[in-house]
Formats: sequence, C-alpha cells, structure tokens
Amino acid sequence: MLTVEAAKRRGSFSLDVRFETPVPGVVALFGRSGCGKSTVVNLMAGLLRPESGRMTLDGTVLFDAAAGIDVPAERRCFGYVFQDARLFPHLRVDSNLRYALRRAAAPHFVTLEAVVELLDLGGLMRRRTHELSGGERQRVAIARALLTQPRLLLLDEPLANLDRARREEVLPYLEILRDELRVPMVYVTHDFEEVLRLATHVVLIDAGAVIAQGAIGPMSLNASLRRIIGPDAVGAIVTGTALGVDPVTHLMRVRVGAGELNVRCAELGAGASLRVQLLARDIIVSTELPRHLSVRNNLAGTVAGIQDDDEEAELVAIDVGGEQILARVTKAASRDLGLKTGLAVWALIKSVSIRVHLVGARA
Amino acid sequence: MTWLDPAESAALSLSLVVAARSVIFSLPVAVAVTWLLSRSRFVGRPLVDALVHLPLVLPPVVVGYLLLVIFGSRGLLGGWLSRMFGIELVFTRNGAALATAVMSFPLMIRAMRISLENVDRGLEDAARTLGAGALDRFTTITLPLMLPGILAGAVTAFAAALGEFGAVITFVSNIPGETRTLPLALYTALQTPGGDRAAARLATLSIGLGLLGLLLSEWLARRVRRLLGR
Repeated sequence: MLTVEAAKRRGSFSLDVRFETPVPGVVALFGRSGCGKSTVVNLMAGLLRPESGRMTLDGTVLFDAAAGIDVPAERRCFGYVFQDARLFPHLRVDSNLRYALRRAAAPHFVTLEAVVELLDLGGLMRRRTHELSGGERQRVAIARALLTQPRLLLLDEPLANLDRARREEVLPYLEILRDELRVPMVYVTHDFEEVLRLATHVVLIDAGAVIAQGAIGPMSLNASLRRIIGPDAVGAIVTGTALGVDPVTHLMRVRVGAGELNVRCAELGAGASLRVQLLARDIIVSTELPRHLSVRNNLAGTVAGIQDDDEEAELVAIDVGGEQILARVTKAASRDLGLKTGLAVWALIKSVSIRVHLVGARA
Repeated sequence: MTWLDPAESAALSLSLVVAARSVIFSLPVAVAVTWLLSRSRFVGRPLVDALVHLPLVLPPVVVGYLLLVIFGSRGLLGGWLSRMFGIELVFTRNGAALATAVMSFPLMIRAMRISLENVDRGLEDAARTLGAGALDRFTTITLPLMLPGILAGAVTAFAAALGEFGAVITFVSNIPGETRTLPLALYTALQTPGGDRAAARLATLSIGLGLLGLLLSEWLARRVRRLLGR
C-alpha cells in the first residue's frame, strides 16, 4: 500500500493531496496541465519538501512532518523517469546505466543485462546521449531508473515530449514493466490514452487537490473524470476475458459481464485478461433484441441510471451483468424509448469501434 | 632557443614555472569559491564576491603592497608561515606565483562561474534520485559538466599570469633567475642602454605565447564541448 498526504504552498498555488493505492500497480496521477501533478511526484521523490504530511510505502515511513522523518531523495530507493529524460551528457549510454546500478542500495531484482534486453538497448550502449532519438532517450531513462532497483518507479509525463509514433514505440515497454517485472509505478500524465493503456488506478487531481480516486473501471464512469477528458473520450473501461477466436468470423470472442463481444485484436491465448474500452458515443441502446443489423455485438442489460450529459444528450448507465457501461443518447431518443432505471435494454456496439488492451502477463 | 641569450631564456622558463604554480594552486580554491558564490547563500556573500573581484579594479601596485603587508617577513601571516613551515614568499618565485594567482583569480572565477551556472540543476536532481549523495553528485556530475569553464579559466589565468607585472615587482622585486619573469625582463631591457633588440625579442616572445594560449584554449573548449555533446 502506498499512502500519500502532503501539503505545500508555492507562491499563490497551494497543493493539498491525499491518496492511497495498492502496490504493485500503476497509479496514474491524472489532470490538466498545471494542476500540481508534477509537484506531487517531486514531493514523493524527496526533491521537494512538503510543509506537512506523511508518506508511507508498504509500511516504511518516508516522510512524516509531525515525527520529523524525512528520508533524503538519494536514500528513498525510488526510480524517477523525468519528462526530459535527464541523461548525463558527459557519459555514454552504458555509463549512464552503470551510474544507477553502482549506487543501487535496495536488493537487486534486475540485472544490467536483463534491463538492456527488456528495453532493446543492445545497439545503443556505446552511443553518446545526444545521438539518441527522443524515444531512445526515454527508453534509456527508464532503464536507468530501473537499475536503481526501485521500490517504486515515478514517471513524470515520460511521453509528453514525443510525437504519436514515438509514444507507440515506448508504451509497450511500460506495459512490460507493469505486467512482467510488476514494478509499482506512479505515472503522471494529462493524456487519457496513456491512462487507458497503463493505469490500474487513477488519482484525479484538479487545482492542487485530489477530486476523485479509485480503480480504473469505476473511475471511467466518474463525472469529474468525464469533464476533464471531454465527451469523445467518455466511455466505460471494463475487464474482459479472451475466450478464443471464432473460426468463421476470425474475431476474438471476449466475455464482458454476463455477455460476449466479438472484437478485432491480435491472437491471444484463451483466458487472457483484457481491458476493453467502450466509448459512450459508439453505443446504441435498443429496447428489443434487434435483427437485420450489421452490428456484431449486443449486450443484454438493465438501465442502472440516467444522467444529463449536455443540453441535448444524456448518459445512460447500463448494467450488463457485473459491469457497467455508458451510452450517450439524445434526450429525444431516450423519451421515445421510455428509458428509465430498471428497464431491460440491449447495448449494441460495432466490433470495429471497440478497443482492447492486454493486461497481465503475456501468454 | 639559440636566438635568446641565457638571461632571456631563464626569464622565459621562470615565467612558465611561476604561471604554472600559480594556476595549479589557485584552481582548487577557485572551484570552491565559485561554488560558494553561486550555490550557497550566506551572510556576507556580496562582500566576498567583491573582495574576490577587487584585483580587477585595483592598481596592481596596491595588490603587491597588500601582499607585502600580509606575507612580508614581519607581515600578519608571513612571519608565521616562515616559522612554522619555512615558507618564504618575499623575493622568491613562490611569492611571484602568489602575486600572479591573486591577480588572475577574478578571471578564473568569472570563467568558472558562467559554466557552473549553465550546469542543469535537473541533472543533479536526477543523480540524487539515482542514489548519489552531495559530494558524489559534485564530483561525478557538476565538476565534469563545468569542465569547459575550468579549462577556460585555467588557460586565461595562465596567460594573465605570464604577463603580470605590477604586483610581482612590488611584492617580490626584480631578481634575475628568481623573480625576473618575462615582463620584468622586458622592462629591465628597456631601462638598459642598448637593450632595444632584447626588448623586441622579449616582446615578440610574449605575443607568441599569448597567441598560442588563446588558440590552445579555443581548441580545448571545442574538444570538451564535443565530449559533452553540445
């Protein structure tokens, strides 16, 4: 368990956060730019000092203002991946990595060789750091942070300086860190795409305060989160289980709640755990089982609640047997269908608009 | 160097020895003072800053006089140094090195300070998160990254030390073979009837050394910058 309570004033900005998350896992500190997310990780790293608060990781107290405990940054055994990589320019890539390894105090769980292989750095070891591309720099920075044998890895918008293609180059490595090394991570970002790919928990920060926190599933339904990510990204993130590829359609059958979806994704072993994003704008609600439609997926469920979304539309939460999903429908349509809590409905989704990501160890 | 007479080549080698000692002994002090001036906040920092830069604006004769007052045989420190360690500074080449060190100190500090202020504090923070303590960070990150400034400071100070006149002649006089460095030899030649040719040779030599120093410093700076990837 990671617990953080910290208060700090900086000029006119004041920060007062408090959250706790299970370890291991990836907790995303998510919020708009300038909300104080980076300050939080700097406080956690010990690079900034809170005026008051307390921080513990698995029972070890790292900071306690009341008890006068403040473990210095260099002895916290936290890895830190900075937005701008901060590789040492006077050292080659291999010396940058050894710099961290030589000073690692905690029990070693990864070797230099393993990290080099994991992050595909074999060809870069003798390079000077200014000869690296942006994506390569971040991979080296991640490797360097890993070699401190961290009890917790802090990442401050590590992909923010990269374009879309370079991000895709680095993201899979972070998933491997989460799923195979099971390194606990605190991941700062303002890009919901990264939250969707990486986070197991979300701490939502706004104007220096935590406004919501929880596991990614329930958080995907949260109204504060919806306001920050904007209407087009709103949608339930649910857990699915791969059942195998349908021999006729070549689509992957995925169990979600009590129903089943057919999605396009790379072949996975049956039983693999998947994260499925169902965007509210892509879901059609029907009050009877439809026929003669191209839609491949329909999930039977009951309306769990209806909230206003904007002037013309509302968000309908549908319980599909243990999981909740969100559908955006116009108020006019809702009235015509007579949608109300408890009503039996079908949620229709096109296979091509479902996004899935593997979570957990690769088969 | 057959075109120099023995006294002139003695002046040349003495100048090099004095300048080298001056730079070697002032370098570590300059690094420490630079760090104090730009990284720590203490009461009286502006005063220390001003004192360090004073030789830039004072007449060199005043510096030489102050050195006599402090390090002369009846001076505040001179007598003690002589009794405790047998170190004599007045009328010796070590004294000449001290005088040139004091005079070139501000030049050294200025070059180093710019490069220390250009060291990205973020890299030091990164080293902290990798487990490096304060001294470790200074020696493995800060010092190598301020190397261009240290080298530039050392070369500039060396060149200035070769040319220092007023403070040297005031503090340690003009003794052939002991304190008569190039500029002092040049001055002596000018005062001697028929010394015009010697003066011309010594002046040419000074210009050559100066040029060499500047070219060397430029070359070093380029190499180090490439090493640091800038």
